[in-house]
Amino acid sequence: MTNHLTQEIARPRPATAGDVEEAPAVQHTEISVRPDEFRQRGPVEHKEKTFELNNVSVSYGKARAVNDVTMDIFHQNITALIGPSGCGKSTLLRSLNRMNDLIPSARVDGQLLYHGADIYGPKVDPVQVRKVIGMVFQKPNPFPKSIYDNVAFGPRTTGIKGDMDEIVEKALTRAGLWDEVKDRLDDNAYGMSGGQQQRLCIARCIAVEPDVILMDEPCSALDPISTGRIEDLMLELKERYSIVIVTHNMQQAARVSDMTAFLMVELTADEKSRWGELIEYDDTTKIFTNPGDSRTEDYISGKVG
Amino acid sequence: MSTDEKDAPPRTARTRLAVAGARATTESVFGARPRGDRVSNRLFLALLLLGLAVAMAGLATMIIWAIVEGSPRLNMDLITNGPSTLNIDQAGYRPAILGSIYVIGGVIALILPLGVGAAVYLEEYADKSRWWNRLFELNIQNLAGVPSIVFGILGLAFIVRQPLGLGFVPAAGAITIALLVLPTVILASREAIRAVPPSIREGSLALGATQWQTTWRQVLPAATSGILTGVILAVARAIGEAAPLLLVGAVTFVTFDPSFFSPGFTTLPTQIFDWAGRPQEQFQVLAAAGVLIMLALVLVMNSFAVWLRNRFEQKW
Ligand SMILES: Nc1ncnc2c1ncn2[C@@H]1O[C@H](COP(=O)(O)OP(=O)(O)OP(=O)(O)O)[C@@H](O)[C@H]1O
Ligand SMILES: [Mg+2]
Repeated sequence: MTNHLTQEIARPRPATAGDVEEAPAVQHTEISVRPDEFRQRGPVEHKEKTFELNNVSVSYGKARAVNDVTMDIFHQNITALIGPSGCGKSTLLRSLNRMNDLIPSARVDGQLLYHGADIYGPKVDPVQVRKVIGMVFQKPNPFPKSIYDNVAFGPRTTGIKGDMDEIVEKALTRAGLWDEVKDRLDDNAYGMSGGQQQRLCIARCIAVEPDVILMDEPCSALDPISTGRIEDLMLELKERYSIVIVTHNMQQAARVSDMTAFLMVELTADEKSRWGELIEYDDTTKIFTNPGDSRTEDYISGKVG
Repeated sequence: MSTDEKDAPPRTARTRLAVAGARATTESVFGARPRGDRVSNRLFLALLLLGLAVAMAGLATMIIWAIVEGSPRLNMDLITNGPSTLNIDQAGYRPAILGSIYVIGGVIALILPLGVGAAVYLEEYADKSRWWNRLFELNIQNLAGVPSIVFGILGLAFIVRQPLGLGFVPAAGAITIALLVLPTVILASREAIRAVPPSIREGSLALGATQWQTTWRQVLPAATSGILTGVILAVARAIGEAAPLLLVGAVTFVTFDPSFFSPGFTTLPTQIFDWAGRPQEQFQVLAAAGVLIMLALVLVMNSFAVWLRNRFEQKW
């Protein structure tokens, strides 16, 4: 990890970007994320777009959970989704790899392009979508099998060719778990600690060589040390993958993400129905130091939500 | 009196009475009851213990009776010899034991794929909002309560006679008993499948596995011990069924070894039924010894089920 950090530090920072970042931080003294909590970084490089969301809405039955989201998610970026509980972060995240299809009442409207192709197109097989867009869940959910079989399951079912031992070792190494488990690969995964289980789930996910990893509050059940390891891991993985992460931890979003989207619950006037709305989407530094919307500022400074 | 004394404890006798009354009413609703009710609690507990004692006493009496009565005949002849009315002291249960094994083997071979298949469909594939799926569920639950003799008649009418026309063969007995235990096996398998947490399915699907792969490689392996436990318990129950088998051709006196598709077979319970109905003392002894064989068989199967459950139980 340190390796990667030094690379980031070594990256030249244009003077203009630095000015913009620092000046507002003084003005917004009550914002709870201090500037030194930001990862040292240059300006966000907007490479090619991984996802393009055009007026995407997700409903469960008649109830709209997320309304009219338009945003681009970039390759080799970590994109954070933040917002109060129930604003539809998980719903939006799950619509990116068609996990919503598992809920019979869920419906997605609007256009959701992945590298230019509509992943809700009529000829698209959701199974193929999930092969390239992996997912890590809030609660570690290892399979009730050996550590080895947990990692090997994905490559076996998706028909990845090659030496399985090698694939398993590579995935566990990249997830930073190899040294801890190499002597007990045949043990049941349920004997691991929560943090190890979550890294196993990440290893399991990267073993199928996805292009995008979606993470729904991956650290919410973990202690700060395990959380730190997973954050380091994300920063390493982003060299190869695009990562979208849902988090309730502002510091975490500030530390790891390049772009941050802030969603919020909107109510109708009679408070009878509620739905999530994208309020602001920008560079993480901008969102946390100089947000464009007062609601964003209120939320990240802890005044609401 | 000033207003700030409003919350002070009640002082007058009348208020105390009212408060006590209110408390007693609330307590009677929530079950923290005064002395008088404790007696009825004790009574209820005594009744429960009595029920338990009657059940245990019944079981103990039966086992002791069978051991005392049947012990003179507990030897290898009992298992290796066929029945005989001339040579009663050497008569045994060989064809009956083989017949039971044939029927039970056939039952297991039938109910495993059918029962598990139906359970997988209902749990993993069926859209619960469709009326026909709800109808299936309701029917299966009701079928589990249909008396076994009804299945015997069904077997006689449709399996022994037309359209299957198998005749009075062990296979017909196996199919009949399979139909009888199928609802139980489906219900037990569904329970085992439902015990696999949804997060396992999500984790598998999120890796790009198909629903079929998820069912076969994650859900079913995780549910196997539960399913097998249910199957064994259902089958152990079915071993004792005599009535439906009598209807589909289990005759009570067969001296030759059975064969799956040829007519003429008997099973342990039908054979015991026959011996027990005869007047001679030696036949009574033989019947008691047969009861011991059956008890041992059921005990072995149930122990295996318990062992399976403990050995492979998955804590989620
Ligand atoms: N399976 C479902 N069926 C029906 N409604 C659902 C379902 N899942 C979520 N919802 C609704 O959609 C809305 C958004 O839920 P979602 O789980 O996406 O919120 P969230 O932002 O992830 O919240 P949290 O931070 O608590 O995880 C909520 O109002 C919720 O009640
Ligand atoms: Mg959520």
